[in-house]
Amino acid sequence: MSTNRRDFLKIAGASALTLIMCPILPVCARENLQVPGMESAPAKPLTAKRWAMAIDTSKCPPGCTDCVAACHAVHNVPNIGNSKDDVKWIWTEPFASVFPAENHSYSGQAQQKMRVPVLCNQCANPPCVRVCPTQATFKRADGIVMMDYHRCIGCRLCMAACPYGARSMNYRDPRPFIAKINPDFPTRTKGVVEKCNFCQERLAKGLLPACVLACKSKALVFGDVEDPHSEIRKLIENRFTLRRRASLGTVPQIYYIL
Amino acid sequence: MLEKALKGGRIYGIWIAFLLVIAATGIFFYLRQLDYGLGITGMSRDVSWGLYIAQFTFLVGVAASAVMLVLPYYLHDYKAFGRMTVLGEFLAVSAVIMCILFVFVDLGQPSRVMNVLLHPTPNSILFWDMVVLSGYLLINLMIGWVVLSCTKKEIPPPAWVKPLIYLSIPWAISIHTVTAFIYAGLPGRSFWLTAIMAPRFLSSAFASGPALLILICLVLKRFGRFDAGEKAISALSKIVAYALAVSIFFVGVELFTVFYSGLPEHEAHFQYLFAGLHGHFNLVPWMWASTLLAFAALAMLIIPQIRRREEALAAACAAVFVSLWIEKGLGLVITGFIPSPLETITEYSPTGPEMAITLGVWAAGFLILTGLYRIFTGVHFERDNP
Repeated sequence: MSTNRRDFLKIAGASALTLIMCPILPVCARENLQVPGMESAPAKPLTAKRWAMAIDTSKCPPGCTDCVAACHAVHNVPNIGNSKDDVKWIWTEPFASVFPAENHSYSGQAQQKMRVPVLCNQCANPPCVRVCPTQATFKRADGIVMMDYHRCIGCRLCMAACPYGARSMNYRDPRPFIAKINPDFPTRTKGVVEKCNFCQERLAKGLLPACVLACKSKALVFGDVEDPHSEIRKLIENRFTLRRRASLGTVPQIYYIL
Repeated sequence: MLEKALKGGRIYGIWIAFLLVIAATGIFFYLRQLDYGLGITGMSRDVSWGLYIAQFTFLVGVAASAVMLVLPYYLHDYKAFGRMTVLGEFLAVSAVIMCILFVFVDLGQPSRVMNVLLHPTPNSILFWDMVVLSGYLLINLMIGWVVLSCTKKEIPPPAWVKPLIYLSIPWAISIHTVTAFIYAGLPGRSFWLTAIMAPRFLSSAFASGPALLILICLVLKRFGRFDAGEKAISALSKIVAYALAVSIFFVGVELFTVFYSGLPEHEAHFQYLFAGLHGHFNLVPWMWASTLLAFAALAMLIIPQIRRREEALAAACAAVFVSLWIEKGLGLVITGFIPSPLETITEYSPTGPEMAITLGVWAAGFLILTGLYRIFTGVHFERDNP
């Protein structure tokens, strides 16, 4: 079969036109596809230029770990029960450990007793991504630093590189230590590193992060810091915030209001 | 030539059997580690690298030290090293193989190791370390084997091997520099975040590697039918003395910067190392042992009358090797994690299986080294006693 130049251009032009028109024409649009058994159209994914979180620790009730429990249940984080093999995505630490530079011998009882929620800082300049030899950890366009559990070789260079101790290694099979497996999120295998993923799987379904929804006192505010009208943007514009070890140049995206 | 590695006397047979038993024990425990996961080791969430990566770091230095024989002979025509350069290259070969094995046993998912090649990542220093280490292994294996084959045939080495030898000199520097960069490029680990890391690595490498080589030469002279020659040993012992002095100086420079500046983040690690921190001092006795051994060895090596006596030289070299093994093979890696970024102190001590696997890798390396050296001494013995 021989195609001359004229015919080729015709076919190419028609194909290109179809591709462009398809999303516009209602017949081709994905929203109109009816899958049997599906009650309603899927919720619109939440998107942002840069996801971030503000944590107002003054709102945290003493001893509260609702955010921790919600996150760990949703993400099948095992409770191994010893600090050596522990896997943690979000947990609380004393103020002095989280902000050693801001701590002094005369700080009051309230500050000394305060426990601060800590998690992956979703750095805009993440050292873990820089050092990973397989790109198993990577940064998305919306700022979320993620893990590919199927690519990770378990070398733990990212754990050495993280200045926040936010990463955990599966030193053993985590599955026997998960109280109730959530079938909507994968469990991990032994020998891979994991950490907070800013609930990207929930954002894709139009849901806010589990820790944010679990917090009854609304201490956690999640949103797009690049959007000047977002709640988080207004909050961090008007209140004094601290970020953990910001002097290291990692550009952490967790803003603490004290 | 390979068949020479299989022939030997009673002592040789016992030595090989001994190494095989240790290596087999290592394999047994490695299979258990594969089944259970890295939790079988003493490594933890806070101290996420331990004995394996520390051995790797130390052995990269031993591998790089071959350059201390190659450089004087090929660039300065220092004839006394002529017979020995192959010994240095074969030491490099076995040390690099041990390095690769130590990284491998440290992986959580060893079956995915090829991902490093499938998804090459130039911004990862570990990727470059893999490149330079495998290159160094090939270069040294090729040079050593070709030069030894030519010795056997009593012909001069082919011309093409010369550029390869010249290449091996900067390449040796590169392997330890890149390994130092794995540590020195991490913003949150103050203990490693120092520009002198690579120079420190190199100076300690040029002391520990040649010290091991002197010890091996003294053993070969007694049991191995090979005499490296008094002049070569004496030159090597001077190299060890200078490198050790520079190494101690570099550590001193580091200590001054850390303690005079008084930056708490930097101080804490050195306090843990030499004095203990908040009641934790697992490494303190080790580090003082290392310090004392280093100074004792330096005193013995810089006084010519002592250095020239064979027993004293052997003792000094053993002291250098042990001292720097403690410094790199224990102190340097573990202390980087203590205290943790959240200022907690989690002590680390290796478990039984972890030590068995570590010894197994050392045994595998010495098995390769013994085989290669057996071939080397066999070739030289036949040439000298036709």
